[in-house]
Amino acid sequence: MLKFIFNKLLMLIPTLLGITLAAFLFVRLLPGDPVTVLTGERGVSVERKAELMAQLGLDQPLIVQYGYYLKNILSGDFGQSIATHKPVIDEFFSRLPATLELAFAAMLIAVLLGVPAGIIAAIKRGHWPDHVVMGVALTGYSMPIFWWGLLLIILFSTTLGWTPVSGRIDLIKYYFEAETNFMLIDAWRSGQAGAFGSVVHHLILPAVVLSTIPMAVIARQTRSAMLEVLGEDYIRTAYAKGLSPTRVIMVHALRNALITVVTVIGLQVGSLMAGAVLTETIFAWPGIGKWMIEAIARRDYPAVQGGLLFIAVAVMLVNLLVDVLYGWINPRVRDGK
Amino acid sequence: MSLKRTLIATLLLGTLTTFSTSFAADKTFVYCSEGSPSGFNPQFYTDGTTFDAAGQSIYNRLVEFKPGETSISPALAESWEISADGTVYTFKLRKGVKFQTTKNFTPTRDFNADDVVFSFNRQLQKDHPYHKVSNGAYEYFTAMSMPDLLKSVEKVDDLTVRFTLARPEAPMLANLAMDFASILSAEYADAMMKAGTPEVVDNDPVGTGPFQLVAYQKDAMIRYKAHPDYWEGKPKIDNLVYAITPDNAVRWQKLQAGECHLMPFPNQADLEAMRKNPDMQVLEQEGLNIGYFAYNTQKKPFDDVRVRKALNMAINKPAIVEVVYQGAGKVAKNPIPPTMWGYNDAVQDDPYDVEGAKKLLAEAGVKDLKTNIWAMPVQRPYNPNARRMAEMIQADWKAIGVEAEIVTYEWAEYLERSKKGEHDTLLMGWTGDNGDPDNFLATLLGCDAVKDGSNRAFWCNNEFNDLVVKAKTLSSQDERAKLYQQAQEVFKKEAPWATIAHSVVHEVARKNVTGYKQSPFGLHVFKYVDLAE
Repeated sequence: MLKFIFNKLLMLIPTLLGITLAAFLFVRLLPGDPVTVLTGERGVSVERKAELMAQLGLDQPLIVQYGYYLKNILSGDFGQSIATHKPVIDEFFSRLPATLELAFAAMLIAVLLGVPAGIIAAIKRGHWPDHVVMGVALTGYSMPIFWWGLLLIILFSTTLGWTPVSGRIDLIKYYFEAETNFMLIDAWRSGQAGAFGSVVHHLILPAVVLSTIPMAVIARQTRSAMLEVLGEDYIRTAYAKGLSPTRVIMVHALRNALITVVTVIGLQVGSLMAGAVLTETIFAWPGIGKWMIEAIARRDYPAVQGGLLFIAVAVMLVNLLVDVLYGWINPRVRDGK
Repeated sequence: MSLKRTLIATLLLGTLTTFSTSFAADKTFVYCSEGSPSGFNPQFYTDGTTFDAAGQSIYNRLVEFKPGETSISPALAESWEISADGTVYTFKLRKGVKFQTTKNFTPTRDFNADDVVFSFNRQLQKDHPYHKVSNGAYEYFTAMSMPDLLKSVEKVDDLTVRFTLARPEAPMLANLAMDFASILSAEYADAMMKAGTPEVVDNDPVGTGPFQLVAYQKDAMIRYKAHPDYWEGKPKIDNLVYAITPDNAVRWQKLQAGECHLMPFPNQADLEAMRKNPDMQVLEQEGLNIGYFAYNTQKKPFDDVRVRKALNMAINKPAIVEVVYQGAGKVAKNPIPPTMWGYNDAVQDDPYDVEGAKKLLAEAGVKDLKTNIWAMPVQRPYNPNARRMAEMIQADWKAIGVEAEIVTYEWAEYLERSKKGEHDTLLMGWTGDNGDPDNFLATLLGCDAVKDGSNRAFWCNNEFNDLVVKAKTLSSQDERAKLYQQAQEVFKKEAPWATIAHSVVHEVARKNVTGYKQSPFGLHVFKYVDLAE
């Protein structure tokens, strides 16, 4: 198993190198530059622009810039954000907990609701529960997130008053120092009565919105994986042996269907990141999705490069985890058979 | 319920009630801001959000704009004298002004001339020990020509400072009221330099302003408390909180839900509902801005004034104001807004005259003109919907036989390409920095501005330019106003732009908000705000 993980890790190195180059070129291929955005309608003289570009090291040939970039990365320096003059690594990691908290909550909702829904749809194939689950999944999958988020805010926050509109905590009632930037943990540790509840309350709506697409995908994939497995000979054998339907479905069928489902869950991490960009913007959620969008608009080269690199590493690590999980669920994968 | 349980429940309830009352005693004002500040040293940045969150909240300047006005009032300077030749400014400083006390710093002295000298020399002198701290690029300081203009800033005595200028500069006082001219503590800077952590000065700000920073959670919230020893008296609210909410539809929902007390930049389409809501007050003020439509005067046929005039005459501006600004704007005839001194009300706008436009085009020998209209991709107070505006101009021009294609790019690309002059015609605009006509006329239409790219009509007219350059050197506002009025006549005659509109800027507050005044510069100042019970 360790060798398997080591090999997988080794394969990450060329991918990472490719990503640094792609991120580096991607931001520079966009027309416009940080100085142009910074000066906006005002404009800037040619001399002053040259001076500012030189200050940012952007007057060097691309290959030299890339060389410096790689060299700095190797020494752990990911550069400074042009917009805020702060180290990119600080900017990223101070926002990451917010995104992780949201993504984790969303994934929890997606798995807890999506997997059982898929199982039920598979068992009741062709009957009304199947139609309901698949109908809801299709609707969820095709829903534009921005519109869906606003709709939920108008219904649950403004009209019914059940959930807060946006933010992470009630700013009028609670204040405590952020230590981990995981608001759930910070609120719990603050010991202020009601703070933790307020954080959970604020988390519900954005997590539901972000979970919508992964939930739909997971439900559909669970259903089709289950259907495939349920048609296998060993399931018929299990039934023939007189096992209870619950045992056949939960132990024999589900465990085999899980391989597909885990893959899908792993793949959803990428789409969660994409969804987080919109969800974070609607709910004023201070995560990395929103930060990246702003960095791209400002042509904040170091921030975009760093952000893309960190996100890519995160997605790769999750996929590695999925590979390891495969190996655990299905030893044939691990042994390369 | 057993007796024990009842007792515990009562105790818990009691604790909770005490807890919430202790908070209720504090007045917390929540502002749903449109974005995050770039940082907390206003010398470094050029965005309005940073000015609100740092310059206006934490700091003061020698002189400041009167609340809701463009005129100057004394602030950290109580009075000033200007030499006869207009090159020496001597400021008498206010006595007894206290800096904020934070976890990093407890001031041992009041504000004095050292703080002023430090704040300006840090930006001015390239060899100043603080010049390069935090990678400071003093963009606004440079954009307002301060490095060329300021010869020196010196301490005369503890409460007197002298600014010596390289040339007379009429808008100097107005410039000093801008956020880049905020006054930082020299004592704090010295202490942090000695501790080997000079950048702390920029991250954990200490100013003399009405609020002091308590915490900033990036992209989420900023928390301030009232500065207890503020020189104008402690603000009426105890805590100021920025709930950072970039989407205007969500800001409006939050305002309705009572999660914040005031929001800027409402969606124009929501205004009617906002006005009807009994819990809200819609504030409005004529903005210090201009939404304009520039012709690239270096391209044919826009180098011909008759073509520009004809195209202007074909645009139905009142219809644009009605549709694009939802009536919340004024048709513009001059490049400066009517609230600004020096505005020439005698100027006659080009009439909306389709037949006249056709005739003038024919006279210029232009037939079957095919061109483009560049529409900005972003929403700005001076132009809430450039795409819609472009479509309306396109339709108007069709009536005189001009075919225009609408072009739009992502903002950075739009700025870059238009600076290079790739457009035939483009929509753009401006919000004033300091209330001085020079800030519009020279910045947007002067010959120097052609090089900087802010003159997107690429129009360099000597008659106009001479008037504007001369006006900047005079100290009498009346004399300056006369020159600016003449310049506006030249502008109208030459028509490098179609002046579209001056917009009305809206903000929405809950009914119980009092003491808030909108700033013509689009700043958000909360020092006089209160919440009625």
